[in-house]
Amino acid sequence: MPDSQPAIQLDHVSRHYTMGESAIRAVDDVSLSIQTGDFLALLGSSGSGKSTLLNLMAGLDRPTSGAIHANGKNLSELSSLDLAHYRRDTVGMIFQSFNLLPRMTLEENVELPLRLADVERSERAARVREALEHVRLEKRIGHRPSELSGGEQQRAAIARALVNRPKILFADEPTGNLDSATGEAILTLLREIQDNLGMTIVMVTHERPLAERFASRLACMADGKLVSTNGATGNPEKGTRP
Amino acid sequence: MKFSDMTELAVRNLREAVLRNSLTTLGVAVGVASLVAMLSLGVGLQQLATNRLNRSGLFDSVFVSSRMNFRGPGRRPSPTDSEKEPRALDEDARTEIARLPNVIEVYPQIRFFTEIRFDGKPFATMVAGMPESSKASGAFDGMQGRFFSSASADEAILQSEFAKELSPQPSSLIGKELDLRYAERQSIPSITGANSGQSAPSGFSIVPKEKHLQIIGVVDTEPAAGFGGYGNGRLLIPLKVAESLRAAQVSDLRDILSNSSSKPTYASLTVRTKSPDYVEAVEDAIKKMGFGAFSLLDASKSLRIFFSVFDLLLGIFGSLALAVATLGIINTLVMAILERRREIGVLKALGAADSDVKQLFFVEAGVMGLFGGVLGVVFGWLIGRALTFGTNIYLQRRDLPHVQVTAVPWWLVIGAIGFAVLVSLIAGLYPASRAARLNPVDALRYE
Repeated sequence: MPDSQPAIQLDHVSRHYTMGESAIRAVDDVSLSIQTGDFLALLGSSGSGKSTLLNLMAGLDRPTSGAIHANGKNLSELSSLDLAHYRRDTVGMIFQSFNLLPRMTLEENVELPLRLADVERSERAARVREALEHVRLEKRIGHRPSELSGGEQQRAAIARALVNRPKILFADEPTGNLDSATGEAILTLLREIQDNLGMTIVMVTHERPLAERFASRLACMADGKLVSTNGATGNPEKGTRP
Repeated sequence: MKFSDMTELAVRNLREAVLRNSLTTLGVAVGVASLVAMLSLGVGLQQLATNRLNRSGLFDSVFVSSRMNFRGPGRRPSPTDSEKEPRALDEDARTEIARLPNVIEVYPQIRFFTEIRFDGKPFATMVAGMPESSKASGAFDGMQGRFFSSASADEAILQSEFAKELSPQPSSLIGKELDLRYAERQSIPSITGANSGQSAPSGFSIVPKEKHLQIIGVVDTEPAAGFGGYGNGRLLIPLKVAESLRAAQVSDLRDILSNSSSKPTYASLTVRTKSPDYVEAVEDAIKKMGFGAFSLLDASKSLRIFFSVFDLLLGIFGSLALAVATLGIINTLVMAILERRREIGVLKALGAADSDVKQLFFVEAGVMGLFGGVLGVVFGWLIGRALTFGTNIYLQRRDLPHVQVTAVPWWLVIGAIGFAVLVSLIAGLYPASRAARLNPVDALRYE
């Protein structure tokens, strides 16, 4: 399904930190084009810069140099407020540790992005239910995160990421805290979403076998550099459920 | 984010750390309570003083005298001295003054020394006429018996010292009767000379009379209403009754000597206005009519200035506790930022702008201020009640009437709550901007 218009275009993107006297090149001159509808897996060992690159694409951080074009805008030139709006309206995000707010029920957690987006109260309940139906958690709507299993929590986080109907979904080690069966189930769900909603997904992982099974493209990073990318071919099981 | 959503989230956050936030709110409440208690004491004392003084008739009265009185030997009033030629303070003048706007009562001071007979024995005393308005002066609040049933009732109220002379048990006098013996002044018509056509100066004769009065009350404190006061009166009768007696007074002698007309004049008149606000205008109008006029308005102004400064000082002392409470708010919110660092990161990742995070902390500070303010007003009001209660126990022991030493007017309630919210918002400025500045990547990494 990928079309010619890239969902995200990175041009010579670098992100450097200074730690004491030394400069750390977390992301070093990365150029990458991600097409709309791609399911890209960013692979690499710990400290390779894959999460930093994800944060840059998700608008959580700004590059030291280079340009990131997403949704027709150069993120590095956006104001802090516009960047917040980009995160709110264009992007959905899921994390390794789920990051659900523990004192809120699932319904309230999923409703949170709608509150931030000033969606009318009357519309919210239906949107929350729709998102929870996508992840098959509608029956747990009144539960708190602590009452759910890890897999259910990650599904709730996916529902929260989907509720504002974003164009791109960023997933930072979404299976890192889950056992392998649950992790597979989560990735299957992400694939379903990609297929059904035509969404672009960028996932950071260090589990190469899983990435190869579920992603449509792989990109490997080492020492902040992009060392290899393959096309839409590395996805032998695309369209089938494991 | 919508304000309603923001408030909902803020209240929810506050409920999470309920003990800490309750203690902080309680700190604000104590601060506001001290402020409210201090100011309610200031306001209460001011009201007490002003009401007493206003009711005493000192500040809503203009004291009128004929400027002719002040004319000393060898001194003639020059035209520059006055707006108008001095006039006699007679019945016409009284009627004219009574017609001035915002004047409720014009009355002369009638006092005369005389003798009464009670139980067959004579007693010498000073009789004073009481205007109707003296009932509201507060002087009769703690009296035994009652005030005059009407302005022209043949009734008498005894001053307690005098009552003790009549009977060792003053309260037993109520309902009994006494005879007032007095000298009535009767005018002698002027004699017109048949030949010259000139009228000879008139005069008056003094005729002894008696008036039967019923004792209806005994008053403890001496009423000191009006300039010159009728405080020295020991037998009080309604002013209209006193006027109808036409008892000879000291000023009558002066009439004979200085007045060419046969009309009796008043030594002075007291003019009561609707409120102290009208005193100045009435005083000016009376001066323009050609009389001497005098009021205690300046004293009332000084009193207001004194209480404004007094309230200011009380407010400053009261605010100190609130200042300490604001440090509590800052501390609580800074702690909350540390605890909720990750949550702030999540909010930002989900699209919350810096301003959303800032406003969230701001609203939390405001909500603590609002609750603290409301609670503080209640506490402050209770402290005020306790102060009044304690004061009244003390006054009761000293046989003094009850007073209300504190007052919590609406402006103080709304002002105190508003001030608490404002101060809390100011206290929230630093934590809110600190929370807003958090880098989302760092915040999300925080464990």
